[in-house]
Amino acid sequence: MTQVSFEASFQKKIDEEIMIEPQDYMPDEYRKTLIRQISQHAHSEIVGMLPEANWITRAPSLRRKAVLLAKVQDEGGHGLYLYSAAETLGITRDQMLHQLHTGAAKYSSIFNYPTITWADMGAIGWLVDGAAIMNQVPLCRTSYGPYARAMVRVCKEESFHQRQGYEIMLSLAKGTPVQKQMAQDALNRWWAPALMMFGPLDAVSPNTAKSMEWRIKRFTNDELRQRFIDVTVEQIRILGLELPDANIKWNEERGHYDSSELNWDEFWNVVKGNGPCNKERLATRVKAWEDGAWVREAASAYAEKRKTKKAA
Amino acid sequence: MSNENKEWPLWEVFIRSKAGLDHKHAGSLHAADAQMAIENARDVYTRRMEGISIWVVESKHIHASNPEEAAAFFDPAQDKIYRHPTFYNLPDELKHM
Amino acid sequence: MSSITTLKYTLQLADNVLIMGQRLAAWCGKGPVLEQDIALTNISLDQIGQARSLYQYAALIINNMPAADKAHLFNAPLLQEKINNQHTITEDDLAYLRDAWDFRNCLLVEQENGDWAYTVARSFFFDRFQYLLYAALQKSMDSTLAAIAEKSLKEVQYHIKWASEWVIRLGDGTAISKEKMQQALQARWEYTGELFAMNAIEQAAMQANIGVDVSSLQQAYQQQIEAIVNEASLQMPTAAWMQTGGKNGVHTEHLGYILAEMQYLQRAYPNMEW
Ligand SMILES: [Fe+2]
Ligand SMILES: [Fe+2]
Ligand SMILES: [Fe+2]
Repeated sequence: MTQVSFEASFQKKIDEEIMIEPQDYMPDEYRKTLIRQISQHAHSEIVGMLPEANWITRAPSLRRKAVLLAKVQDEGGHGLYLYSAAETLGITRDQMLHQLHTGAAKYSSIFNYPTITWADMGAIGWLVDGAAIMNQVPLCRTSYGPYARAMVRVCKEESFHQRQGYEIMLSLAKGTPVQKQMAQDALNRWWAPALMMFGPLDAVSPNTAKSMEWRIKRFTNDELRQRFIDVTVEQIRILGLELPDANIKWNEERGHYDSSELNWDEFWNVVKGNGPCNKERLATRVKAWEDGAWVREAASAYAEKRKTKKAA
Repeated sequence: MSNENKEWPLWEVFIRSKAGLDHKHAGSLHAADAQMAIENARDVYTRRMEGISIWVVESKHIHASNPEEAAAFFDPAQDKIYRHPTFYNLPDELKHM
Repeated sequence: MSSITTLKYTLQLADNVLIMGQRLAAWCGKGPVLEQDIALTNISLDQIGQARSLYQYAALIINNMPAADKAHLFNAPLLQEKINNQHTITEDDLAYLRDAWDFRNCLLVEQENGDWAYTVARSFFFDRFQYLLYAALQKSMDSTLAAIAEKSLKEVQYHIKWASEWVIRLGDGTAISKEKMQQALQARWEYTGELFAMNAIEQAAMQANIGVDVSSLQQAYQQQIEAIVNEASLQMPTAAWMQTGGKNGVHTEHLGYILAEMQYLQRAYPNMEW
C-alpha cells in the first residue's frame, strides 16, 4: 500500500468507528496528538492527587478520611492506566515524567488552585470530578483502543468520586451556618475554574477540529461546558446554596442556562504557570521523583542480582 | 554497572475475575521483578474485588500477530460455519443435544 | 470481667493502627513510583479500617456502661463532658477528642516517616508485631475482638510481605540502599522493646482472657525479624536502651503534632456533623 492508501484506510476505519490499535498504521500527527493528550491527562491525575492529598491527614471524621484516601488513590491509578495507554504509542513513562518535570508538558490548570478549607474537598469531588467525568465519558469511545479501554476503567471508578464530593457539600450545606458558609465559599471559588476545565472557547481552540475528525474528541469544549452548567445549576439548588454567578439565567430560546463570560486572561495565565500553586505543585512532584530515585535504583539492582543468582 | 535512569520494566497483567473464567488482560504496570509485578497488580487492579488470580508477563515477551496479515489470518474462518452447532438442522423433538 | 478493661484494651489496639495509618497516609501522592504509592495507600486504608472497627466497638462499650463507671474515663474535657451528658459516643469522638496523654499507642508508630527506608523499617517492625498479636487475639474470649483480629490478620499478612520484601530489596540492592536500610533499622529498633513490655491494661486484659500476653511473643518476633534481616544481608540492629512510654500515655513530641493536624477541624468547629 502507498502512504496515501494507508491514510485513506485509516480514516475509513475512523469513520466506521473501528478502533485503532497500537500496531495499526496511524498518521504521525494522530500519534503525536494522542501522546500529548493522554500524557497530559495522566499528568493531571497525578498532580491532581496533591490538592486533595493535603487534606487526608486533616479529614474531619474517620469515614471521610478513608473515603478521601481511597479517592486520591484512585486518581493515582488513573494516572497509571493513562501512562500505560500512552506507552503503547512508543513513549516511556519516564520520558513523559521528564516532560512534566521540566515544564514541557502541561496538566489541567484546575490543580493549580489551592485547597484552603475542608469544603474544598466537597467542591472538588463534586465540580472538578464532575467536569472531568463529563469530559471523560465520551472518551470511552475515543478512536484509539488502549485509550478508550483505560477510560472505561477510569469512568467506572470516577462515579464514586463525584458522589463523595457532593455528599460532603450536602453535610455542610445542611449543617450549621458556618458550615454552610464554608460550602458557599468553596462553590464560589471553584465554579469558574471548573468551567475552564473544558478548555478554551471553540472559536480559539487550536486542536479541536482535527481531534473531532479523528474521533479523539467527540464533543467540542463549548458543548461539554454548557452541558455541565445545565446539570450543575440543578445540583446547586438541591444543596440550597446561592448560584455562584449572578448572570446564570435560563434561556428559553436556547434551552440552556446563560452565564457570565469567563476570565480567559486568568485561564491563560494559569496555563502559562502563574497560577497560585503552579510552582509548588511541580516542585512537590519533582521532589517525590528525585527522593525516590535511590529506591527505584535499589529495586532494579536487586532484581538484576536475583536474576543472575537464578541463572548461576 | 549503574542503574541510573533505568526504568522498571513494563508488565502486562491478566486477571481471573472468578473461579472458572479465563484470565483476561486488565492493563499494564511497571515493576522491578515478577514478584513485585504480581503484588503491584494486586494493589492496582484488584482494589474493587476484580480478581482471584493474577498472571503477569513482561510486555517485551508478548508477540502479536501482524495487523497487515489480518485478512490472511482471520478471513478464512468466516466461511467455515460448519464449525458452529447452529449449522446443523435437527428435528425439534430432539432435546439436549 | 470489667468492661473498663475491655474498653481500654480496645482503645490501645485502635490507637496503634490509627496513628500508623495516619502516618502512612501522608505518603499519598509522594511515593517513589506510582505503583508503590498505591500499595502504601492500601496498607494505610486497611489500618484505618481496623481502627474504625475497634473505635466503634469501644464507643459501644462506653455507651452501654453505667454512668458511674464512666464519669472519669478521659483527661480530655470535651469528650468527658459528652460522656457525662449522656451523649452517644462515636468512633470519631474517640479519635478526635482525646489528647495525647489519653492515647495509648506505642512510640514506634508515631515516629516520623523519614525517607522510604525509615518508613519501611517502621512498618517492618510494627506489622510483624501486629501479625503475632492478631494471631493470638483470635483466641480472645471477647468474640468481637476475636472477630476483628481474624479479619485484620489477613490484611496484616500482606503488610508483612510488603515490608519484608522491601527490607530485603533495599538491603540487597545498591550500596546506598543498603546503608540507608541498615541505618533505618538501627534507628527504629529502640522502639520495639515497648511492644513486649506488658502495661497494666494488657495485664488486666490477659488475666480476663480477652487480651494477649505480648511478652510471650517476643521470641518468635526476634527470630522472624532476624530471618529477614539475614536474608537482606543486613546486620541485626542493637539497642543500648529500649524506649518506652507510649503505652502509658507518655509519648514522644511527635504525637502532639499528629493530633494537632488530625483533630484540628473537630477542635475549630466543635459539635458539628461532617
Ligand atoms: Fe481526575
Ligand atoms: Fe481520575
Ligand atoms: Fe476522580
